[in-house]
Amino acid sequence: MILVGELSLWVAFLMAAWSATVSFAGGKLRRADLVASGERGVYATFAFVLLAALGMWTAIFSHDFSIKYVASFTSANLPRPYLFTALWAGQAGSMLFWCLILSLYSAITVLTSRKANPELMPYVTGVLATTTLFFLATLCLGANPYERLDWIPADGRGMNPQLQNPGMAIHPPNLYLGYVATTVPFAFAVAALITRKLDAAWLAAVRRWSLVSWFFLTVGITLGMWWAYVELGWGGYWAWDPVENASLLPWLTGTAFLHSIMIQEKRGMLRKWNVVLVVSTFLLSILGTFITRSGVISSVHSFAQSPVGNWFAGFLVLALVVSGYLVATRLKDLEAKAELESMVSREAAFLYNNLVLVGIAFSVLWGTLFPILSEAVRGSKITVGPPFFNTVNIPLGLFLLFLTGVGPLIAWRRASLSNLRRQFTAPAFAGLLTGAALLALGMRDFYALVAYTLAGFVLGTIGQEFYKGVGARMRLHGENPAVALVRLVARNRRRYGGYIVHFGIVVVFSAFAGLAFKRENDVTLKAGESFETVDPWGHHWRFVSQGISRYDQLNRQVTAVALESTRDGKPAGIVTSEKRQHVDSQGNPTFEPSTEVGIMESAKQDVYVVLAGVIGEETAEVRITFNPLVWWVWYGGMIMAVGGLIVMWPQAERRRQGGYVAVMAPEGALAPAAPAKATLVTAAERA
Amino acid sequence: MKARTKFLVSGLLVLGVAGYLMANSIEQTATYYLTPQELAAKTTADPTFYETGVKVGARVVPGSIQREPGGRQVAFRVTDGARTYPVVYRGIIPDTFTDSVDVVVEGRLGRDGTFRATTLLAKCASRYENAPDRNDPKYRNTPGYRAPATATAPAPAARG
Repeated sequence: MILVGELSLWVAFLMAAWSATVSFAGGKLRRADLVASGERGVYATFAFVLLAALGMWTAIFSHDFSIKYVASFTSANLPRPYLFTALWAGQAGSMLFWCLILSLYSAITVLTSRKANPELMPYVTGVLATTTLFFLATLCLGANPYERLDWIPADGRGMNPQLQNPGMAIHPPNLYLGYVATTVPFAFAVAALITRKLDAAWLAAVRRWSLVSWFFLTVGITLGMWWAYVELGWGGYWAWDPVENASLLPWLTGTAFLHSIMIQEKRGMLRKWNVVLVVSTFLLSILGTFITRSGVISSVHSFAQSPVGNWFAGFLVLALVVSGYLVATRLKDLEAKAELESMVSREAAFLYNNLVLVGIAFSVLWGTLFPILSEAVRGSKITVGPPFFNTVNIPLGLFLLFLTGVGPLIAWRRASLSNLRRQFTAPAFAGLLTGAALLALGMRDFYALVAYTLAGFVLGTIGQEFYKGVGARMRLHGENPAVALVRLVARNRRRYGGYIVHFGIVVVFSAFAGLAFKRENDVTLKAGESFETVDPWGHHWRFVSQGISRYDQLNRQVTAVALESTRDGKPAGIVTSEKRQHVDSQGNPTFEPSTEVGIMESAKQDVYVVLAGVIGEETAEVRITFNPLVWWVWYGGMIMAVGGLIVMWPQAERRRQGGYVAVMAPEGALAPAAPAKATLVTAAERA
Repeated sequence: MKARTKFLVSGLLVLGVAGYLMANSIEQTATYYLTPQELAAKTTADPTFYETGVKVGARVVPGSIQREPGGRQVAFRVTDGARTYPVVYRGIIPDTFTDSVDVVVEGRLGRDGTFRATTLLAKCASRYENAPDRNDPKYRNTPGYRAPATATAPAPAARG
């Protein structure tokens, strides 16, 4: 199986090369046989990449330590689930995994869009196959996961303990699923540019894939923050590290695109802009991968410097030049079909939304690349830290939050005063009330106050929309509130799914603002000693050290400290933080010790305990942090993901049903409980 | 004025504010990222570089780490091969911090030549990508071990 996998990688390489060549040729020469062959090549590529991945998994599960990758990232005593995730624990394996997703997406795209877009498809297939080819070339020639050692160790080095975490197991696949999904819209954009078929057809196919990408990036970024928070032990979840920024960049431009596409659908505006956004989203996801893997920019969690970086740089330049050329030569075909009519309109609100999202993306990109830029210009590396990103992005982010409330409610083309009054009086009141209440309760942080005022405003707009929608359904259809709510969302998935995403945004922003009130304490405690403090909510806490315990567990030796806590005099539970020394199957220590954070979660705040060190036998040095509202970052992220799922859920069935309802409405009472299939036949008979 | 022009003007205003914020905060938060050798050159050329916040990327000199009991404070030396500086750091020490690891320390170089770090980042790159070291006895004196390029190693095909 291992050998089969190794060979499959090369076969897949040839298949992708074939597929790319004949697809472009078939499109150019208008030869259906070549096009069909290219499409079959895409399926074959997927099959062989799958075999290559299965071969790699076989090698990992059978502990074949003659393979360098297996010896480097796994060991005989590694728990089984992590053997599975080891495929993406290192450079070469994760590239293979990336390639697997890309070839899968390509196959799905060909399968689902083949019929609908016959003119675009040859080029779409061609671009997808070319991208796959690039990854396969990198795998075969640059970072081959099947590379063998010239000796066979008895055991592997094992997996980095920080990667032995459920969040780390699912976070990278999600990000990859998101990153890779940007390739499909890019392929459609390039195909549309080549064929000059720049009407709405290519956008329809692109929208769903952009949503797929957005969904997985949202989930991946949220999981990444969670992992950093529970595993790394520095007390936060976002450090503006280049690798983190790399995942944020395509998310920002992708989000901008999902908004601006609506303007093009409804009004035929922003046609150039949308093409540029699709292309930049793809380029940014490749750039992100380049940053992560090349070692060009120093990051805490980058891969080692490797030749893979050069491959990515080359591909990035190629993609940039080709798409830049295509856009530049097709500008005339991309003229807008309408003009902006008023500054107070939905178009304008969405334009600002795009401006701010792209502005944030630009500042993040600028800050991330600053060391390279300054070295090129001034000859010395200058880095900018989190304060840079925060000073720029907090005001921009708050403006964006404001637009989140305005955009969906303001009228198209030109908003009248009565439209504004009708839509925004109640929400504005809600926002101001929230701000005033918090001010009265003693909150004095400026940005936090603005953030919560805006959060109240946006929640007001969302609440008002649901209230009006549910009310209308109750009156028109006589439904009870619960049914009306479910149907309202189910029948207008794009609109109400979008509101749910916005609700998630509000939750996440409120949680971010909570960071302003974080409190940190460094304490030294002997067994039985206690520490008392007050949290940001005014509760009185007392922590009593239960002393230090040492024991062996699975593949590690553990040193733990337990603190018994009381809040306002009432027991609040025991919180434990550990230092873990991982060992291999012979009991030898592997890796440096790692810290396991103790977290007491609640809706109000997390109590976050880190064992910094142990003095002698019984004295622990611990850092106790109160992190207000952190919980809501994860839940907000999940709400956004759920909203995204609702938006992209296929609506085909509903349409069929809608037709039936329209036909049967006059005599609906005759067969209220008839099975759908039977009534559909009736409908067909009538026609 | 046409709406398009108005939008462009206000858009430029937004971008201008963002640009101003960017330029301003770069002034305030930008720090030099230097190697020990570059730091030495800078301080020789311009003594104000003492007691100025900088970041230094270098490697920990093996055997130089002296941890205070409790693990809150540590003293060590960093080098890039050309220059070596002693560093003291107080705070939470990252799990990955050990001999020969690449670190980034942020802080100030005192006139006494000691670098006082306020943050300490240890890069984990080396451990993400290393294959087992063939000279490490723990991989050698164990059953199943095969020396490099021995004839007894089965051909790859046999394991397929």
